[in-house]
Amino acid sequence: MNRRLSLFNVTSLVIGFAFLYLPILLLVIYSFNASRLVTVWGGFSTQWYGALFRNQALMEAAWVTLRIALLSATFATILGTLAALALTRYGRFPGRTLFTGMVYAPMVMPEVITGLSLLLFFVAIDLDRGFWTITLAHTTLTMCFVTVVVQSRLMTFDRSLEEAAMDLGAPPMRTFFTVTLPLIAPSIVAGFLLAFTLSMDDLVIASFNAGPGATTLPIKIYSQVRLGLSPEVNAASAILIGIVTLGVISATLISKRSVLRSRRNAH
Amino acid sequence: MGKPWRRQLFLRPEHPRLPGSLSLSGEVQSNCLLPENPLPSAPFAAPSPPWSDPGAVPLIRVENVTKRFGEAVAVDHLSLNIFEGEFFCLLGPSGCGKTTLMRMLAGFEMPTEGTITLAGQNLAGVPPYRRPVNMMFQSYALFPHMSVEKNIAFGLKQDGMPKDQIADRVGEMLRLVQLEKLAKRYPSQLSGGQRQRVALARALAKKPKVLLLDEPLGALDKKLREETQFELMDIQHELGMTFVVVTHDQEEAMTMADRIAVMDHGRIVQVATPGEIYEQPKTRFIAEFVGDVNILEGHVMGQENGLWRVKTASADVPLTIDDPDEVLHSGQAVAIAVRPEKMVIQRDPPGPGAINVLTGEVWDIGYLGDWTVYRVKLATGEIVRVTRANASRFVENPIDWDEQVYVTFAPDAAVILAE
Repeated sequence: MNRRLSLFNVTSLVIGFAFLYLPILLLVIYSFNASRLVTVWGGFSTQWYGALFRNQALMEAAWVTLRIALLSATFATILGTLAALALTRYGRFPGRTLFTGMVYAPMVMPEVITGLSLLLFFVAIDLDRGFWTITLAHTTLTMCFVTVVVQSRLMTFDRSLEEAAMDLGAPPMRTFFTVTLPLIAPSIVAGFLLAFTLSMDDLVIASFNAGPGATTLPIKIYSQVRLGLSPEVNAASAILIGIVTLGVISATLISKRSVLRSRRNAH
Repeated sequence: MGKPWRRQLFLRPEHPRLPGSLSLSGEVQSNCLLPENPLPSAPFAAPSPPWSDPGAVPLIRVENVTKRFGEAVAVDHLSLNIFEGEFFCLLGPSGCGKTTLMRMLAGFEMPTEGTITLAGQNLAGVPPYRRPVNMMFQSYALFPHMSVEKNIAFGLKQDGMPKDQIADRVGEMLRLVQLEKLAKRYPSQLSGGQRQRVALARALAKKPKVLLLDEPLGALDKKLREETQFELMDIQHELGMTFVVVTHDQEEAMTMADRIAVMDHGRIVQVATPGEIYEQPKTRFIAEFVGDVNILEGHVMGQENGLWRVKTASADVPLTIDDPDEVLHSGQAVAIAVRPEKMVIQRDPPGPGAINVLTGEVWDIGYLGDWTVYRVKLATGEIVRVTRANASRFVENPIDWDEQVYVTFAPDAAVILAE
């Protein structure tokens, strides 16, 4: 194969990346705009970041978002890891294929439908919409992503390590905590970060299940933009992008590193 | 420590021989001579090994064990006794059930039928973490997130051994496998041979009643494998522990084991010392699986002076075989198994009264350095393999390709296989 970059390759790379990232880049650039008018460049300034931190409503929304993201990612990680263990470990129980498909369904389900069905559910059980309903809804949404990440690690996990631990006298639970868990930890952390970032930037499901007391940052930004563009929103979005990017990159790096390590040990 | 009995070569079982039995050998080549006197059975006063003592109590008793996976039968009504201090090998081709049997000893699989007892205790329902048995895994299964010393200490920690004692034992194990300098390393920083040693040290650390080794040398290269074979034997001898090894490598089994159980299709075909397995194989499968062998098909003609006469298409004159253990009847179809190194190849025709002569032409010559392998094609089209040790560096007038040659063997060089 020709490994050198040809003109064609370079062009398609540039166009592709431009298509993906130009709008985001524009947003980040305009968050440093000195002008109040969002679409007119008036010189470099960080004033809108300052204004953002003084904006009580936005900061409140950011704090709510962060708490929801942390909580729902934690729940999703625990549940998702357990699901992954059940799917890879406990042989061929009846309905295993169905169960696998059902775990993945929320990934492909339109968010509107997930959001709506959750709303109907919460209404049916008479749960007040607000902080906890969003947290639960996000757990539902992100759990399957954790399962996928952890499951792929468990598939390549050398079972003889667990057998060795048991052979040396460790009962199953201790084997799990001393051998299995430390070795799949990177994938669990990666799953957590993925769940965290998904929860951070979700608008659709959150807006279905939000209540008067709890507005997340994406909802706040969306409603502000409808009233008119403000440079503060640009700044807030830029920070959000930064957090999400950081989350995704570290999730990737962590799982990649663990794959490399397990591969090296296999030899 | 060490075992009370001695590893020994296969000795001819004593049989009453008729006085006239030597009459046939009169004109035979000197290398085909029958022994003038049967060898004394035990020239030294070593105690007899436990497997030949009917009163000995086995350490591991496998009784009529069957293991099925769904429809497939991995182990089929298998019974086996292993004695304390033995180096026991389970040998067989892949899929013969040897690994399943070992996993049942370790507790990873439970027998579908039958019982396994260890030192009098029935192991049914005892989980792996409560068995006084440790295993060395084929993949070594070293914990990648723990250093060498942590790996070795793992089993001791599970027993709640005090810290200073753990440190002592780990040090002792590291010395045993000569890895003192690598205690702080991680498995990914070790070579294959070093990992193998760590795995061994980890499995030995708890001083189990039985050490199970699953293809312990499979991942090592040939040179290292040979060295390690002898090291394993030394360690076993030093600790006086019972070793059960699973292997598909007959050379490995022959080198290390006190006794070998040859398995095929979930059953044991023969349990015997390496010498007996090689020199007195019970079936054609064993003869062919362990070492190289030439098989000649024939029919029994009868017994003369304690020696069997077998008619075969491969030789003009019926063969004379000294295999007194066999109970045969005239006309029975049998196979004659002769090891290549027990055959003699020569250019000159043997004397008129010579026995066991095959004629053919040299088809192939393989020079291995220590040995030369001649493949001789008989008139029947059969290829007979004859090996000759290259005892001197140069041979004058060596046997060459396409030459007409005579292959002879002594009556007691061959084994009759009735099955």
